[in-house]
Amino acid sequence: MDILSHYNYWVAIFLMMTGFYVVIASGNLVKKLIGLNVFQASVFILYISAGVVDKGVPPILKEGASILYSNPLPHVLILTAIVVGVGTTALGLALAVRIKEAYGSVEEDDIHAQEED
Amino acid sequence: MATIEQLAIFQITIPLIVAPLVFLLKNGNRAWFLTLVTSVAMMWVASQLLVHVLSVGEFVTQIGGWAAPWGIEYRVDTVNAFVLLIVSAMSSIVLMFARQSVNQEIESNKRSLFYTSWLLCLTGLLGVTITGDAFNVFVFLEISSLSSYVLIAMGRDRRALTSSFQYLVMGTIGATFILIGIGFLFIATGTLNMADISERLSDTSQTRTVRTAFAFIIVGIGLKLAMFPLHLWLPNAYAYAPSVASAFLAATATKVALYMLLRFIYTVFGFEFSFDLPLSETLVILSSAAILVGSVVAIFQDNLKRLLAYSSVAQIGYMLLGVSLATQAGLSAALLHVFNHAVIKGGLFLVLGCFVFRFGTASLKLLSGKGTQMPWTFAAFIAGGLSLIGVPLTTGFVSKWQLVTAALDIGWWPVALVVLAGSILAIVYVWRAVEVLYFRPVSDDSQIVKEAPLELLLPTWLLIGANIYFGINTELSIGVADVAAHWLMTGTR
Repeated sequence: MDILSHYNYWVAIFLMMTGFYVVIASGNLVKKLIGLNVFQASVFILYISAGVVDKGVPPILKEGASILYSNPLPHVLILTAIVVGVGTTALGLALAVRIKEAYGSVEEDDIHAQEED
Repeated sequence: MATIEQLAIFQITIPLIVAPLVFLLKNGNRAWFLTLVTSVAMMWVASQLLVHVLSVGEFVTQIGGWAAPWGIEYRVDTVNAFVLLIVSAMSSIVLMFARQSVNQEIESNKRSLFYTSWLLCLTGLLGVTITGDAFNVFVFLEISSLSSYVLIAMGRDRRALTSSFQYLVMGTIGATFILIGIGFLFIATGTLNMADISERLSDTSQTRTVRTAFAFIIVGIGLKLAMFPLHLWLPNAYAYAPSVASAFLAATATKVALYMLLRFIYTVFGFEFSFDLPLSETLVILSSAAILVGSVVAIFQDNLKRLLAYSSVAQIGYMLLGVSLATQAGLSAALLHVFNHAVIKGGLFLVLGCFVFRFGTASLKLLSGKGTQMPWTFAAFIAGGLSLIGVPLTTGFVSKWQLVTAALDIGWWPVALVVLAGSILAIVYVWRAVEVLYFRPVSDDSQIVKEAPLELLLPTWLLIGANIYFGINTELSIGVADVAAHWLMTGTR
């Protein structure tokens, strides 16, 4: 098994680690959310890769013709997960706006400094 | 009359449909009333389900008539019927308390939104519990999590916003880990139905994919469960949330996460697979650390809500300790403590709700010496505190007794010592709060308050009373926990 033949999994792992790193290392709340999004996107790629069938086409059935199609179930699942991701991002950004109003900053360091006073 | 299958679906659909209606009501009091009625109705449904399951046996509802493994099915057995009842009952009791507390703590134009989020959170928690589909678990988990972030962010203190954000980031990482794990399970088995997964796993379980799936799911649930050391979001979230939201989440959210953990360990992966891996060793170390560290940190808290939150971290440790024993008795102790801790912590957070209602703060420094002004509330605090410590005739004692006996059964006496040490530390932090509240001189005498209104005291004492009732009459709680543990271990009644 050639290691490059599964390059989409490598992409998923790379994005996963990048996103995860940004969430942990960045002190800016908006950047954290971006990292979180990258992290989630990597999982979407992981799922969709799992649904691929070699030489499969989109699952659109024609009368009389039997076609080899990719597994559509992961696509449906990921649609749901994308919606969840959008909801999370929207809520996170809304919180970031409220935090900006309350503290005048979205940098974690500034916020902590204000809490200690 | 609805059939039992329809009742199982109502458990999810009714709160989900009522949630937007509550939002349309705008008026806080009416919104509260509709939410309360819905929640009580769900409690009734859950009790019907539990009675049915205990007398007739488990049953499956196929949503939309689509047969599993393609369709989503709701699978009700003793374990989740028990958890459903805990969640909906706690929601109902805390809601009885909620009207006045919410009217005071939340601006009038946001009250109906608060109750909308409450119902959505309830939907999510009940959904996670009742569903038999692994992906559906993720969806309901996110429904409950997103709405609980909103509930927390509604706290008056601006730190509620930052703690909600922190919870959002950690909670989403946890949920995404669970999603990755479910993805690997899907890759390994090609199905999402829990029963189906567990059947197909028997052939492929000794592969790296399945082990990776297991690791991701356990860590993801650990984040949601506030398993030490993944608990960092919990203290702030509970400390700055509105009082009733703290009580609701403390009594239900982590319990549902624990249920999820058990469901994956026992039903999906199976007992042998899970405990072949070093799960038992990991859990026993982490939960002992949770008990000791959580209790020690609780001693040094100035904010009473934070104190209870850290004590929650420790109490979650007791539940996980029960799971780590990998015996039926240990599992039964864990399930029993899920119920008992819901009652204890729900009651204690409501007590704090009473204090906040009158004094506007849960800070020990500001409350110094003021326990005397609210004798009934203070008495409830003491009764709840005794239960937290584990004094005989309280639920806390029953849980710890069961846990220690289960540990000694398999000769794990160090575990018994950890439980004992945890109880001693609990004496310290409860006593410290009592000492400051009762014996210290009043810090400023400007504020003389009356006892909390009856509307707040009744639900508080209902839970505190349940603490004592289930501490003396253990037949019901231990009985159900035993049946549920037996079900998880063997898959039969």
